[in-house]
Amino acid sequence: MSLPAFAELLERLIFTPGRNAKLALLRDWFATQPDPDRGVGLAALTEELVFTAAKPAMIRDLVAARTDPVLLALSHDYVGDLAETVALIWPERTGVNASPPTLSEVVEALEVTPKAELPGLIAGWLDTLDSGGRLALIKLITGGLRVGVSGRLARVALAEWSSKPVEEIEEIWHGVAPPYLPIFRWLEGQEEKPDPRDAPVFRPLMLAHPLEDRDLAALDPAAYRAEWKWDGIRVQLTAGPGGRRIWSRGGEDISGGFPEILEAMDFHAVLDGELLVIRDGPGGGVVAPFADLQQRLNRKLVGPKMLRDYPVGVRLYDLLFVEGEDLRPLPFDERRRRLEDWVARHAPARMDLSAMIAFGSVAQLSEVRDGARAASIEGLMLKRADSPYLAGRVKGMWWKWKRDPLSIDAVLMYAQRGHGKRSSFYSDYTFGLWRPAEGGGEELVPVGKAYSGYTDEELGWLDRWIRNHTVSRFGPVREVEKSLVLEVIFDAAQLSGRHKSGVALRFPRIARIRTDKPASEADRLENLMAYVEAGPATDE
Amino acid sequence: MRHPETWLRVTPEGLLCEPGGFYIDPPRPVARAVITHGHADHARPGHQAVLATPETLAIMRARMGEGAGASQQAMRHGEVLRQGEVTIRLVPAGHVLGSAQVVMEWQGSRAVVSGDYKRQPDPTCLPFEPVPCDVFVTEATFALPVFRHPDPAHEVAKLLRSLSLFPERTHVVGCYALGKCQRLIALLRAAGWDRPIHLHGAQQPLCRLYEELGVPLGELRPATVANKAELKGAIVLAPPSAIADRWARRLAEPVTALASGWMRVRQRAKTRGVELPMVISDHADWDALNRTIDEVGAPEVWVTHGRDDALVHALALRGIRGRALHLVGLGEDEDETPAEAPEGAPAA
Ligand SMILES: [Zn+2]
Ligand SMILES: [Zn+2]
Repeated sequence: MSLPAFAELLERLIFTPGRNAKLALLRDWFATQPDPDRGVGLAALTEELVFTAAKPAMIRDLVAARTDPVLLALSHDYVGDLAETVALIWPERTGVNASPPTLSEVVEALEVTPKAELPGLIAGWLDTLDSGGRLALIKLITGGLRVGVSGRLARVALAEWSSKPVEEIEEIWHGVAPPYLPIFRWLEGQEEKPDPRDAPVFRPLMLAHPLEDRDLAALDPAAYRAEWKWDGIRVQLTAGPGGRRIWSRGGEDISGGFPEILEAMDFHAVLDGELLVIRDGPGGGVVAPFADLQQRLNRKLVGPKMLRDYPVGVRLYDLLFVEGEDLRPLPFDERRRRLEDWVARHAPARMDLSAMIAFGSVAQLSEVRDGARAASIEGLMLKRADSPYLAGRVKGMWWKWKRDPLSIDAVLMYAQRGHGKRSSFYSDYTFGLWRPAEGGGEELVPVGKAYSGYTDEELGWLDRWIRNHTVSRFGPVREVEKSLVLEVIFDAAQLSGRHKSGVALRFPRIARIRTDKPASEADRLENLMAYVEAGPATDE
Repeated sequence: MRHPETWLRVTPEGLLCEPGGFYIDPPRPVARAVITHGHADHARPGHQAVLATPETLAIMRARMGEGAGASQQAMRHGEVLRQGEVTIRLVPAGHVLGSAQVVMEWQGSRAVVSGDYKRQPDPTCLPFEPVPCDVFVTEATFALPVFRHPDPAHEVAKLLRSLSLFPERTHVVGCYALGKCQRLIALLRAAGWDRPIHLHGAQQPLCRLYEELGVPLGELRPATVANKAELKGAIVLAPPSAIADRWARRLAEPVTALASGWMRVRQRAKTRGVELPMVISDHADWDALNRTIDEVGAPEVWVTHGRDDALVHALALRGIRGRALHLVGLGEDEDETPAEAPEGAPAA
């Protein structure tokens, strides 16, 4: 019965907004499903297992042979999604007494069945399933599950279910292939932890705490080292005889999106760094704002134009392994020395060293931080000179000290209901700034959307205000009277061709409700434009 | 024989039986109305004389008080009445308590107006009875082959599994106050759920009426703010418009469910923010519509509201003449309205 059980899990995951509820559903799956199906299902959810055996056209042909064309067209038009239409409209045959396939049966059969026999095989399976099962099967075999379960979330669920630390699971995860039998046996206490040996695996990253004022007061400048905190994505590069991988901060394999980096990884080491779009400039490489890097993210295929227009590089922060030697227990200073040596010796293409910032006092460091104007810099990183490389966020070892946010006073224009716990609240706000209107006078232009920063009390107040000042409604969205000013803070402003206003904000959030300020005194678009860093930020 | 199209006509006031001098489920106030069932799109206030089953009349009185008709005439299943030159019978439609098909005969021909109906068993009302006829006037709310309602026991089992997986969370189920709510309670009881079921204020009067009319529902309690602790792990039934709105904030980390035939299509569930869609409908699905039409054997079928395009096409394939009536008002404010219901339902 495993495919119907998988279908039910899938349906619940798709409709469940909350992370905790998702974790509970996954724990239940691990606890109740047999091997190898629980591992196959897990790999399908996290897209470590992707099938392309069946093309959507094959599914369409199968259903077309079994339904009236007019009714099929009306149905497809109504439902929208083809896979779902097929799952719902598939004529159920009474008297089919074959039982539905298990997940592993599906996987095995797809591997060994000759292409010509696939349609018959799939139709036979569809006959044994109900509509939920049919949808799960079609999505599975056409490679379109997309349920939003990250590998990281799955590993946290495994850790919660087995009471093993998630870091230990992370370290071996990528060394074992689906359906992960040795991992499940280890987690259930039947076997020793599997040894990934040379396989490229992800090592949990060391993370930093935000630096608060009281931490700053207690900081001993002599005990810490400082670097820029770059606004890219944190990556781990793993290369050796077992293969090469680029891991995201959550341990997802993102190698496919960055072939030029992968090509440059002709070494045997594990490195920690920041992936950035870096273009040649007068004084060397110039880091582009995050909006540029965004062009490169979440892409399966990267064309030559992408590679040319958005060239990426890695700014190296740390060295974890060299030729199999684990450097993580060494103090930061020692690892840094080894990293500098290593870079000098290997000079890998598309990689450079993160610079160390010299400072004698906290006051001096504070000045350096305030002087950083580039949008590509988020602030400073402070690392204890004697800190070993530890998994996760260990208090007192590493600090991130972000720049003070920028701020504008904007006018609330539209509000939308949130999700999950916030579904009864108008919690997503579109805000705008004034600019000259075409026919004279002033008009508001939307400049961003914020859905955080406020307290629960402020959220309740805003929700009531919105309900009492609605001027029109479009589905879940309300347009409100243009009379409420919100102080919005954000990390950077970048030019953007995709936004009506021509500018995009990084991490906008609500800082304050300005009931004291009339809307006419809110900021103008030009005030925001003054924050935009001059630079080569171009959207296509 | 006089073909029903000569004596049953669509007028701006609604579907008129001319020789009988009455309208069926008229959208506007008329002198004489025959009402198939108590849903708001069929039973509207302000008619002079109303003829319906005793249960439908009781429901109308509960819902609209004075507006339920200046004079009311109750007609039980099995009774026969002459209205003008027309013979009328009311036959169970299986939709909600009191729901009836209107069977009319005049000068040798017979027409049946189904009202809303379903063919799945429902412990809270009498089952649909097919009546052979010359013209069958049917609804078509779910007349697309993608709508095939699953066994409701399966959907209720999903809810109960979710309760065992999330025992701390309130499970709030959106369901229409008339019919769906009581059917859901009966289904839960049949599945062995014998704990109290909590109700939004809008669900209470009709549940009381069902019990008075002989449909046992077990222990019901109001879902008031006062008993927040009691609502942990409880089932709460509320109007669809309330489940994602302010009223729901009193509930403990609610799992939001919605019981409706539309939940079969994912996008419908997604846009409503539903976490647990339950495909339970009081309307006939595609297979039931077609099977019913075959059973009544009518050579001609008129479609009052819903997806008449698909149904008329499917009928033509079998040599049955189909005709779309495009009746106004039906399906609006419908018990299973696909659009977002208005806000501000009364709090408990
Ligand atoms: Zn109805
Ligand atoms: Zn209706």
